[in-house]
Parts: sequence; structure tokens; C-alpha cells
Amino acid sequence: MKFSLSAESARKVEELVRRYPRKEAALLPVLHVVQREKGFISPEAEEWIAATLGIPALQVREVLSFYTLLRRKTAGKYVIQVCRNISCYLAGAEDILKYLEIKLGVRAGATTPDGRYTLLAVECLGNCDHAPCLMVNDEDYGPVSKDAVDGIFMGLS
Amino acid sequence: MSDVTATLIPAGENSFRLGAYVGRGGYEAARKTILTMKPREVLEEVKKANLRGRGGAGFPAGSKWAFVPQADGRPKYLCVNADEGEPGTFKDRAIMTQDPHLLLEGILLTCYAVGIHTAFIYIRAEYEAIAQRLEAAIEEARQKGFLGPDIFGSGFGLDVLVHRGAGAYICGEETALLESIEGKRGMPRLKPPFPASVGLFRSPTVINNVETIANVPLIFRYGADWFVARGLPRDGGTRIFGVSGAVRKPGLYELPVGTPLGKIIYEWAGGPAEGQSIKAVVPGGLSAPFLTPEEIDVPMDYESLARAKSMLGSAGVIVIGDRTPIIDVLRIVARFYAHESCGQCTPCRIGTTWISKIADRIGAGAGTSGDLDLIRHLAEGMKAKTLCPMGDAAAFPVLSIVEKFGQELGEAISR
Repeated sequence: MKFSLSAESARKVEELVRRYPRKEAALLPVLHVVQREKGFISPEAEEWIAATLGIPALQVREVLSFYTLLRRKTAGKYVIQVCRNISCYLAGAEDILKYLEIKLGVRAGATTPDGRYTLLAVECLGNCDHAPCLMVNDEDYGPVSKDAVDGIFMGLS
Repeated sequence: MSDVTATLIPAGENSFRLGAYVGRGGYEAARKTILTMKPREVLEEVKKANLRGRGGAGFPAGSKWAFVPQADGRPKYLCVNADEGEPGTFKDRAIMTQDPHLLLEGILLTCYAVGIHTAFIYIRAEYEAIAQRLEAAIEEARQKGFLGPDIFGSGFGLDVLVHRGAGAYICGEETALLESIEGKRGMPRLKPPFPASVGLFRSPTVINNVETIANVPLIFRYGADWFVARGLPRDGGTRIFGVSGAVRKPGLYELPVGTPLGKIIYEWAGGPAEGQSIKAVVPGGLSAPFLTPEEIDVPMDYESLARAKSMLGSAGVIVIGDRTPIIDVLRIVARFYAHESCGQCTPCRIGTTWISKIADRIGAGAGTSGDLDLIRHLAEGMKAKTLCPMGDAAAFPVLSIVEKFGQELGEAISR
């Protein structure tokens, strides 16, 4: 299957390639652009990115498999990252994570069968004075209680 | 009651906008400096201010810049480390959210001093909203001619790019960060050569933390003498202490370098949380060796904490209350480093994984009598035996917990 990007994303990729001192350095930002549009990086996308940046497809795979926020499979519409590091742990993060696992019916690391939510337990999100904290896509929340978690879900479309 | 007027993190909903920043005197220092001072003089002023790195290692910024070879034909780069991943650290988030132009003015002055025309801000992907704010600020500055090809009509040009990470703690290590910008896995390089001579794209490169760079405009706004007088003679200025964990008022407190840890916890963060007393304190991000309540009178500067056998690190203070079992803390510490080891060096890859497994075993009630010795042995085996400081970072907190809370851990094992 041939890979193509929307005009908007293609324009972004073009600009990235132009602005970086070396084409290959635009790899991470280009991966972000593609993942934002497609939800994940498919093998076809890997090939396309490699050709666009003039690097081996293997390098794309190598980088893709190193970083935890780059995905080779689709994720839920809402990706929920729950911090479980020390400051959040001290503020009850384990209870929040358990509550979410029960509420969504999936363990941390999994996506709900309807494809709406991906639940992740992550290390420090750098929001320690708002512990326990979590993120839904790019949005920060904290400190969260179980009630607050319910409130967040009510606000999701 | 205030020891210092907050200067790095202004209050106010619109503090981040260019108009607000210019209203606070923003970009005036850069304009005056670039139009009237030679780059070498700028560098000397920063040296005089004794501005030390705020990321963890505490290296004097001026000296770091002076290592960059001048005029050897290669382009030079600045990489601002905004990867902020050290657990318990959340200060750079606030600077970039509330005062992005302060950071940009600092970048401008730094690049002028070193002769750099391209700067990268390497920001962790979880800070996407902040990355967008930075990009908007860069655009604002460009339109006013504070960034771009001919800044203040001086002929000096500078482009700033925001480069997003993708979820990897190790990319906060400076050479891993360079690899990551180059489009590779974030695996640290062997040093030497140091980035000042062989850095990004094999070119001379300066790498500084966000807070370090954000301090630079203050040196030129108020003078190096003023800057030194705010902190300590050999360690000028303020630090943004981030306090989290079992305290009444978690938050960021910008105070003079050398403010005692106990004072930060009790007078600023309101003391231990309701109904708790302090069991342990991490003074400078999770990689710093733990302190007991008897040890928290220490002044928060690099030398004093080194004497106390800990480190100032990122100045992220984590307070652990007496209700928290220390084995839980050890499990979280061990899991974190096992998760974040890049896998390149065997002592770190294997050591962190084994320690995490042993800690989990003790936590599950299946510990054995030799476990603490084994943890100690593995941690000693990581110290100074890896390419990057991650081996030390993983070993230090673990060793301090085993040493200072050995009795409680022993009880957890024999239970």
C-alpha cells in the first residue's frame, strides 16, 4: 500500500527538512508529525520516512523502537499516562492507577476493546507539586482524586 | 518575609507574552549587551558571576563556554536541555510556561558570547503544550527582530528550533541528547572528546540546562556583582527548589543558593504533611543519595551537599514521611533506573534490572538474608563503570537507602 500524508503534514515535514542543518536530524520531529496524523508508525510509514530523509529504513526502526512514546501499533483516542514515580506514589498514585484499571477494564499498558482509551503507567511527568498527576493526550491533570478522574472522563467527547 | 524576589518565574496569567516580558524590562539587557559589548567580554561577565550549571553537575557556565574553540570553520551549536526527567524535578516546566522569553533572551546572550547561530531547545515530548508555547514565543521574538538574521540591527543572526524528545530519561544526559537530535537512539557517547569540541554533528556544542540559561539575562540586567551577592561567592544567584512528597505546601521556591534544606522544608514548604514526621529526604532529584532527618540542616549548594555525601543535583527536594515503608521507596527507585537504562553498558543494564528484581522480591515478602549484600554488591559494580553518569545515578540512591535504612529493610526481609 502506498503511503501518503495530508497536505498539512506534508508541508510540516517539508519545513522540518528545510530548517534542520542535516536532513536526518529531522527524524524525531518527522516521526512525531506522522504519528500525530496516523496514530502510529506503520512499516509503510517507516519506508516513506527513510526515503524522505535519505537514511536506511533500519535506522527509522532502530529509533522508533527506542523511544517509549513512539508507537508501531495504533493507540486509543485518549492516551492516559499515569505517573507512578516517587512523589506521585507518596500521594496515592497506585490507588489512582488501580481505579483506572477497574474503570476501564484493562490493565496498564493496554487499550480498551472499543479503541477509546490506552492506559499507561509511566515514570515522572515533571509535575510533582501536583501529585498524583496524570496526562490525557497533551493535557496535564493533578492533583487527581478518584472523583477528579471521573470528572475528567465526563469532559471527554 | 521574602528572602528574594522571584525573578525566574513571574506570576500572572499573561506573564509569558512578549509584551509582558518587554514590560518587565525584557530584551533590554540583550540589546545593550549585543550593541555595546564584544562576545569575549560577555563571556568574562558570566564567568565573573559564577553561574553554575542548574542541571545537576554544577559546572561553571562561563568556563564551559570558554572551552568552545573559536573560528575553526565549523558551525557551532547551543543545545538547551529541557528534557527535565529527573524524578522530583519540575522547575524548567515553570520557567518555560511562565517566562519563555527569559529563556530566549538567555539563549540569545549565550549564542552571542560563543558565536553560535543555531540553537536547539531539546524538550521532553510530554511537555508538548510547553513546546508549542516556546514556538509561539520564538515567532513573537522573530517578528520583533529579537531573533532572526539581523538582531537589533547588529548583524548578528540566530535561529532557535524546538526539538521534541519521544520518551527517554537518558536523553537528559548531554551526549545522549546530541545523539537524539541527530536522529538516532539516545545512547550516551564516550567522553572525551567533550561536546565543546566535538558535539552536535561533530561540531563545537554548548549544552546547558534551561534554568542555567534563564539566569544569563539577569547577569546583564543587574550585573555580575549583584548576581554573586544573591547566592554564594563561588556559586552565584538563586536556585529554584522544587519541593514535593509529604509536605504541606509542595511547590517551587526560588531562594538563594546555600539556603538550608531544613529551612526550605519547614519555612517554605510548610513542614511535613499532616500527622507525619520526616523519614527521609532526597535533596536534589532521585539520583541524589537520601538524607535522614538528622542531616537536613545542610546548606543547598554543591560543595555543602557533597560534604554531606549527597548532591544538589537538580534541586528537586522529595520528602518521605514516616508512614511510607522504605522498601516501597527502594522498589520505585530501582524500577525507575531499570526502566530507563539505555542498555548500552552491561553494569547498568544488568545491575539496575537485578536490583529492581531483588527489591520487588523483598517487597513481596520473599526476601532472603543475603539480599542487602547482593544489592550493595551490584550497586558498587555500577559506580564509575559506565559511559555516562547513569550508573552512578542508579547506584547512589540505592546505596544510601541500604546504608541508612538497613535496619528497616532487614525487618522487611525477616518478616
